[in-house]
Amino acid sequence: MLLGVGITFVAFCLTNIVPGDPAAANLGQRAIEDPAAVAAFRHHYGLDKPLPEQYGIYLWHIVHGDLGQSEQNHDAVTHDLGQFIPATAELALLSIFVAVVVGVGLGVIAAVRRNKLTDHVLRVVSLGGVSMPTFWIALVGLYVFFFRLNWLPGTGRLDPVVSPPPHLTGLFTVDALAAGQWSTFWNAFQHLVLPSLVLAASNIGLLTRYTRSAVLEVISNDYVRSARAKGMPGHTVILRHVLRAALPTVITVIGLAFANVMTGAVLVENIFSWPGIGQYAYRSATTLDLPAIMGVSLFVAVVYITVNFIVDVLYGVIDPRIRLA
Amino acid sequence: MTLLRVEDLRVRLPTSSGPVTIVDGVDYQVEQGQVFGVAGESGSGKTISVLALMQLLPQGAQVDGRALYDGRDLLSLGPRALQQMRGRDIAMVFQDPLTSLHPMLSIGKQLTEHVRVHEDASRDVAKRRAIELLEEVRIPDPEQAFHSFPHQFSGGMRQRVAIAIALACRPKVLIADEPTTALDVTVQAGILRLLDRLRRENGLAVILITHDLGVMSSIADHVSIFYAGRIVESGPTRELLTKPRHPYTRALIDALPHPEAEEGSELVAIGGSPPTPRARPDGCAFHPRCAYARESCELSVPSLVPVSDSRLLACPIDPLGPR
Repeated sequence: MLLGVGITFVAFCLTNIVPGDPAAANLGQRAIEDPAAVAAFRHHYGLDKPLPEQYGIYLWHIVHGDLGQSEQNHDAVTHDLGQFIPATAELALLSIFVAVVVGVGLGVIAAVRRNKLTDHVLRVVSLGGVSMPTFWIALVGLYVFFFRLNWLPGTGRLDPVVSPPPHLTGLFTVDALAAGQWSTFWNAFQHLVLPSLVLAASNIGLLTRYTRSAVLEVISNDYVRSARAKGMPGHTVILRHVLRAALPTVITVIGLAFANVMTGAVLVENIFSWPGIGQYAYRSATTLDLPAIMGVSLFVAVVYITVNFIVDVLYGVIDPRIRLA
Repeated sequence: MTLLRVEDLRVRLPTSSGPVTIVDGVDYQVEQGQVFGVAGESGSGKTISVLALMQLLPQGAQVDGRALYDGRDLLSLGPRALQQMRGRDIAMVFQDPLTSLHPMLSIGKQLTEHVRVHEDASRDVAKRRAIELLEEVRIPDPEQAFHSFPHQFSGGMRQRVAIAIALACRPKVLIADEPTTALDVTVQAGILRLLDRLRRENGLAVILITHDLGVMSSIADHVSIFYAGRIVESGPTRELLTKPRHPYTRALIDALPHPEAEEGSELVAIGGSPPTPRARPDGCAFHPRCAYARESCELSVPSLVPVSDSRLLACPIDPLGPR
C-alpha cells in the first residue's frame, strides 16, 4: 500500500520533470498558436492547477479506480489498460514459461555435463541469448522465419481474416480453446510463437547461467552424496535433491525475468505490431500522454510488487527453515 | 563369515598438478557382526578408501584393486548394479549430521524414498518401516519426527536419523565415517551404544572410521591403523591398543591423554606432521618421524606381514617386539 503511494509519487514527479509540453504534443499546429485553445486544453486536463494539487486529485481518482483520460484517444486509461493488458499477458506468460522450461533445463544439463562439450556449447548459446539485443533478434527472427521461410506469421495477434474469439480472459489462445475454435487457437498460437521466443531469448540465457551455477554450488554438498550413497537413481538425485536446493536462486532469477519481459515487451510489441501494453507505453511516451504513462507505470509497478511477493512466499514453501523464521 | 574383502585398493585423485596417490595398496576383510575399526590421522586416506568402495569419489578419481562383496567386485559395478547395491547392501553414515541430511526435505521423505526405490514398497509400508526405525534409534515421538525437518533436531538426534536412514533397507554392511566426531562426548556414547546394539541384534558389519582411539577401544573388534594411504598395523582391538608393535601406533597411543597416568607425566606429541600425499617420503612413510628409524627404512616400503595368528605389521624392524 505504502509502496503503491511511493510509486505513484515517483512516477508523477518523473513524468512532470520531463521537458515537453503535453499541449504542444497533443494539439495540432494551428491550435498551439491559439492561446485560448492551449488554455482550454490545460484546463480540461487540470494542468493549470499547481502540481501538488494535481497529484492530490490524481491520488483521489486512483482510489476511485479512475486513472484519468488518455490525452491521445480520449478513452479512460483504465479502459485502454484493460484492452492492452491481456495481449501482453498472453505474450509475457508464454515467454516466461518457455524461458523457465528451457533455461532451467539447459542450466541443469550444463551443470551435470560440466566442462564437457555440451557445457561449452551451452555457455556460448546462453551468452549469445544474454548479449544479443532483443530488437536485433526480433528483426532477424522476422526476416528468417517470416520473410524467408514463411514458417510463421509476421505481425499482429491473428491473421486479418480471422476474427477474435469471444471475449473471456482476453488471452486469444485461452478464449479460443474455451469456445472450441481450434483454427482460431492455432492461428493465435502461431502468431505468439515468434514474439514470445524473441522475448524469451535473453531470459533463457540468464536462467541457464544462474541455474548452472546454483546447481554446481549444490551438487558437491554432503547431502547430495548422502542421496547417492543410499542408492537413489541419478535423475532423482538431480531433480529432487539438487534442483530442490538450487530452487531459491532459480526463483529469484525468474522474478528478474519478469522485469526483463516488461521492458522487452516495449521493443517486441512495436516490432511485431502486438497491440499490448508495450506498444501503448511507447505511444504514450512519444506523445507525452501523461495519464497513460502514469497508468502504465502503475501497472508495471503492480506487476513487480506481485511478482516479488510471490517469490517471497515461494521461498518459504521451498525452504522449511524460512517458513519457521 | 567374511562379508567384504578388499584387495590391493589404490586410489589416485586428480589435482591441478596431476594425479596424486591417496590410498596406496590396502587389504582387509570385514566379518559379519564385526565392528572393523579404521584409525589414523587426518589425510591418511581412511575416508577416501571407503568412498572408493561405494564409487562415491569425485569424477576423475582412478581406483584400482578389488572389493569383493557377495561374489562381485564393487569397484567394477555398472551404474544400475551400483545404484541397487548402495543403501541396500552397503550403507553409509557420514561425519557431519548437519550437512549430510537434506535441509529442505522432511525426515520422512529422506527415510522412505530409498526404501520405495529399492524394495518397491508402498507409501504406507515405507512409512511404517520409517517409524519403526526412528523408534529403534530412540528418537522420541517418531510420528512427529517423521513430519519434521532436519533443522528442528539437535546434532545427536540428526546423527540418529542419519543412522536410521542408512539402516532403512537393512544393509549387511554399514560404513560409519567419523560418526561421532561432530558430537558431544555424552551424545557420542549414545551413538556408539546404538551401533553396538545393532551389530549384536542384526548381525550388521560396521566399518568404523575414526581418529579417536578412545572410541575405537570402546566398540571395535578389530583395528587397522592407516598411515599415508597404507595400513601399517592391524589386529584385535584390545591386543593392538595394549601392545602396539608399530612405532606409529605406539606414538598415537602415547599422544592420548590418560586419566590414570602418573601425575606430572607429559603427553608425548608425535614429532613432525603427517606427510602430504604429494610429498610422501621414500621407503617407510613414517621414517622421518620415527624414533627407531634406520637407514634401511628409507630404502624400501615395508609390506604388511603377519606377525602372529591375528596380527599384521608393516615394520621389519619391529622395535617393540612381541612381549
